[in-house]
Amino acid sequence: MSLKIYTNRCKGCGICAAFCPKKVLAVNELEKIEAVAPENCIQCGQCELRCPDYAIFVHKEGDEK
Amino acid sequence: MNMEEMINKYFRPGRLPHIWCPGCGNGVVTGCVVKAIAKLDLPKDDVAVISGIGCSSRASGYLDFNTVHSAHGRAIPFATGVKLADPKLNVIVLTGDGDATAIGGNHFIHACRRNIDLTVVVYNNSIYGMTGGQYSPMTPTGSKATTAPYGMIEPDFNLTELARAAGATFVARATTFHAQMLSDLIVKGIQHKGFSLIEAVSACPISFGRQNKMGGPAEMMMWQRDHAVPIAAWDKLPEEKKEGKFPIGVLYEVEGRKEYTEAYDELIAMAQGGK
Ligand SMILES: Cc1ncc(C[n+]2csc(CCOP(=O)(O)OP(=O)(O)O)c2C)c(N)n1
Ligand code: SF4
Ligand SMILES: [Mg+2]
Repeated sequence: MSLKIYTNRCKGCGICAAFCPKKVLAVNELEKIEAVAPENCIQCGQCELRCPDYAIFVHKEGDEK
Repeated sequence: MNMEEMINKYFRPGRLPHIWCPGCGNGVVTGCVVKAIAKLDLPKDDVAVISGIGCSSRASGYLDFNTVHSAHGRAIPFATGVKLADPKLNVIVLTGDGDATAIGGNHFIHACRRNIDLTVVVYNNSIYGMTGGQYSPMTPTGSKATTAPYGMIEPDFNLTELARAAGATFVARATTFHAQMLSDLIVKGIQHKGFSLIEAVSACPISFGRQNKMGGPAEMMMWQRDHAVPIAAWDKLPEEKKEGKFPIGVLYEVEGRKEYTEAYDELIAMAQGGK
């Protein structure tokens, strides 16, 4: 799994879900982001780039942490 | 270093989550400041971050450098003192559009005029966010504010033009949508010797977006995408197509103009007759 989500930091603003080109992410009923289709992730990093809360990171192949 | 490592390294431990509202652009701009410092690999002790008062100015409290969370509008005077006391420091000012251009407007223009080596990042969300949505000098004409319920009748400052006219030697603008460009411009601003302004066009979904019916946080970011024009393309646009849009990128840069702390040190050396 290449997406790392800090649920405690997420405020459910939905920016990452709106900019994900592959519809990997959605805000759930608890107003937290969730990877609903992680297998579709192309590791483009849009979510990490735009998240105002440092709540989602994309760790690319070969990236240790 | 990846972004997660940067956040862990440069944010004070245990301070996240921050207090900014869901979708507030302040987190994106602050992340870009951190990315720029990481890119330049500046030791923490060589950086001083000075802020004023406002939602955006709370950024200094999260960051693990020498920091001052000063008084409303007075970030630049505090930063000027810090820079004069220790010119080796990289002094970065984080300030809001209200903080920098209303109560702090006079300090802003005179720091530009002196060309003191500060890097000033203005979080421009077009409003006084913290106090609930009063207009600032950068609220666009026609936009609503709690103090302009029928729309702002005053023209807004073009801060980049103001800074240039006042004597700033590096002037740039980006948006939170253009986050990569924003951190690259902050890198350039820090590297530049002299007064650098980086205007970061940012969204306040709560105190500005709501009363102006701009949609949610993602829609406000898309608005930035659709209204910002890279400077090379901007220069070729016919005047009528510029209406409602704004240029981003390095808007003005000049090298070689005397920097204030250098001039001051030379003056001291001269007055002491080389002793
Ligand atoms: C001397 C003084 N006057 C007024 C205030 C009230 N006040 C606090 S923040 C603020 C405006 C902040 O606007 P801006 O700088 O744009 O920051 P934002 O909250 O939008 O990030 C004002 C007027 C204050 N704290 N101190
Ligand atoms: S009021 Fe506006 S500027 Fe302040 S934290 Fe909320 S969204 Fe951000
Ligand atoms: Mg503001």
